[in-house]
Amino acid sequence: MKNFKLYIPVAVFAVLAVFMWQGLFLDTRTLPSVLIDRPLPEFELRSLEMGDRLLTTADLPDEPFILNIWGSYCLPCLQENPIFMSAKERGIIPIIGLNYKDRDDAARNWLDINGNPFDLNIIDDNGRYGIDLGVYGAPETFLVDANGVIRFKHIGVINYRIWEDEIMPAIAAIRAGGNS
Amino acid sequence: MIPELGNFALILAFCLSVLLGFIPMIGAARNNVLWMSLARPLTVGVFVFLSISLFVLGYSFVADDFSVQFVASHSNTMLPIYYKITAVWGGHEGSFLFWTWMLGGWMLAVCIFSKAMPDEFVARVLAIMGLICVGYTLFMLATSNPFDRVLPFPPADGADLNAALQDFAFIIHPPSLYMGYVGFSVVFAFAIAALISGRLDAAWARWCRPWANAAWAILTLGLSLGSWWAYYELGWGGWWAWDPVENPPLITWLLGAAMIHSLAATEKRGVFKSWTVLLAIMAFASSLLGTFITRSGLLTSVHAFATDPTRGVYILGFLALIIGGSLILYAVRAPQLKSEFGFGSFSREVFLLANNLILVVASAAILLGTLYPMVYQAMSGGDLISVGPPFFNTIFVPLMGILVVLMAIGPISRWKRTSFAHLRAQLGKVAIAAVSLGVVIPVLLTMDVPFGTIGTAVLALWVIFSMASDIKTKIANKSSVVSGLRSLPVSYWGMTLAHFGFVMTMAGACLTSIYSIERSVLLQAGQSAELGRYTFRFEGTRYVEGPNFIADEATIVVSRGGEFYKNLYPQKRLYVASGTPTSQMGIDGRFLRDLFTTLGDQRENGAWSMTVYVKPFVRWIWIGTIFIAFGGILAVTDKRYRQFKVKQSEKVARDNPGTTLAGEIV
Repeated sequence: MKNFKLYIPVAVFAVLAVFMWQGLFLDTRTLPSVLIDRPLPEFELRSLEMGDRLLTTADLPDEPFILNIWGSYCLPCLQENPIFMSAKERGIIPIIGLNYKDRDDAARNWLDINGNPFDLNIIDDNGRYGIDLGVYGAPETFLVDANGVIRFKHIGVINYRIWEDEIMPAIAAIRAGGNS
Repeated sequence: MIPELGNFALILAFCLSVLLGFIPMIGAARNNVLWMSLARPLTVGVFVFLSISLFVLGYSFVADDFSVQFVASHSNTMLPIYYKITAVWGGHEGSFLFWTWMLGGWMLAVCIFSKAMPDEFVARVLAIMGLICVGYTLFMLATSNPFDRVLPFPPADGADLNAALQDFAFIIHPPSLYMGYVGFSVVFAFAIAALISGRLDAAWARWCRPWANAAWAILTLGLSLGSWWAYYELGWGGWWAWDPVENPPLITWLLGAAMIHSLAATEKRGVFKSWTVLLAIMAFASSLLGTFITRSGLLTSVHAFATDPTRGVYILGFLALIIGGSLILYAVRAPQLKSEFGFGSFSREVFLLANNLILVVASAAILLGTLYPMVYQAMSGGDLISVGPPFFNTIFVPLMGILVVLMAIGPISRWKRTSFAHLRAQLGKVAIAAVSLGVVIPVLLTMDVPFGTIGTAVLALWVIFSMASDIKTKIANKSSVVSGLRSLPVSYWGMTLAHFGFVMTMAGACLTSIYSIERSVLLQAGQSAELGRYTFRFEGTRYVEGPNFIADEATIVVSRGGEFYKNLYPQKRLYVASGTPTSQMGIDGRFLRDLFTTLGDQRENGAWSMTVYVKPFVRWIWIGTIFIAFGGILAVTDKRYRQFKVKQSEKVARDNPGTTLAGEIV
């Protein structure tokens, strides 16, 4: 075919369409992360609180906790902060922050201004650990059980409805599962 | 009962679109004048019924009819009336009806302003737009009907319009964006009609150009309003985030810009014909892709509408049919669209080609960056990654830099062949002036060597001086400057203004990203914070009430060098019905810089968190786009399009006496 190059646009479009077709059924919000029911990946990272000491999974709570991916640049994080603050005040569950692709000073400043709901803030400034966790972008929220196994993941902002309808039941389920 | 009328009107619009999609098309193929002549009445019918449908939805909002699901989830009795009406486009279903109505509006415009074109061509164009309308109306009826009811137990009150949308810009941003977006379907229909008929000549390009310009200019405004809105509403001090949903309109805009330039060459020189057609198809495809991305839940984003895979499947099927079909048609028919003339390797054609290449590469890169997370996810079986601003900036900024360099040369070079000596004569002094002033002024002003600023200044002056030099050469033989300026064609002024606006936008974007400063502080009443040359003193907050929100309003006294300058009043609002907090910025916008303050939350000891910004030149970004859009619209009004119409209609009347609507007018 002498005009085969004229078919290039339609071929490119076809390839794109196939990917989009696949993309439709990989819902970024509800598809369980491949990490669900797997242990939290190992890390060795600094924290906002502990100076130069490198933290590992051993420093995490030995009860169920929330791991929240946040950044000072992240607008939705500001929106979910009051929810975490009230959870902290009511002592519902320990909340660990993963400060993702951020600057330390900006992060500290943000916590000073908006309130710090986190028991501990692990620093993932270059986003490497985020790759291990399959992070799409801040905010994301993981629930980790007492054995350090990821049990739940929510991508995107948490509002009061999601907190009541999804997060709280998931916490209850993990605690129930732990007792039995 | 009334919502059912809206639904019924929508069904009728669908039925009429089906007729419009087939009867005039078959009529054009068989040269059946009666069938072709049905195109206009059917189009009017489609528009009328879409309008009834839209009106009924608006009425349901105004009447607080919460038995309609869409009204219940996007309105509230306390919502002010202007937001009730505009809440029509505040969610997926209603905004799609609005979108489809816009398509109907453009179809009606084609009906009215196509009197100069042959009947056969108009019939095909309207039929193609009718087919697109079939897809849209069927989509609504099948997957997202805005008239779905919550019966038998409707809620007593609605859930309220998303708090972030309750702003003046929400009233104007979606309409202008949609209008521009949908306008590209006109050019697409022109391109497909040309492919079907095999007729693509200078006349075709001349019919096409006003439509392409109008759609593109309106899209420019829509994009700019969106950016301005994001800037003052979202409160992070930015104006563009490379969000997956911001990107598709930008891709469409870039492809549209490429198409406008390519159309110029097609009209004037009969070259780039099949390329122009391909651009028209791609621009339209990118607009559909934008729809697909926002409405299918393919990519998560602040803009994304509710996610629903069936909608995605439908839109993707429609996309495959329309775009796949037209690209195959293109592959089959494009060999017939031969260029009429050749051109030298150093000519205006070549510079236009370079412009097109840059714009298309930029759009391809943005498309890649936008879809890559999805492709990666599909290939890796579920892992997610994101592509951030660094990727887009790294590619986009240098490409725009090259584009601006060429922007000075292209308009000065001649069609067919331009000599190097000609360019050197016109641009030699321009280059020297731009480089010397572009270096000296920033150095003197900052007492430093700011490379980013120097680069920006040199490029901006390079284009502006070259335009001035071009105008000077063009009017050199005229008796006076005024008569000389008057003698230049309107479309030339359109181009010059648009180019100037583009340079202004680029310069604003560069300078604001270099010089913006910000500071987040925790202040008690009476305390102040310094930023740049300004002091912001926090005077405390007071409680204010809006129609459907309550707010804390801070008073911030800004002073400069110890002298009082201005008060700013940022607010922290709580929308009562939905319980959503939002921030209302306190902004002082000036030509050379913005002061921007946001109010955070109250902390212990009554201190408030707040962020203050000084953002130099940020306004240039949006002022520039007004010039771009105005230039585009000005070019539409060029009298040669009108002159040509008269000639053309006379010609048509001569050719088919008595059979044509087109001959009777003008």
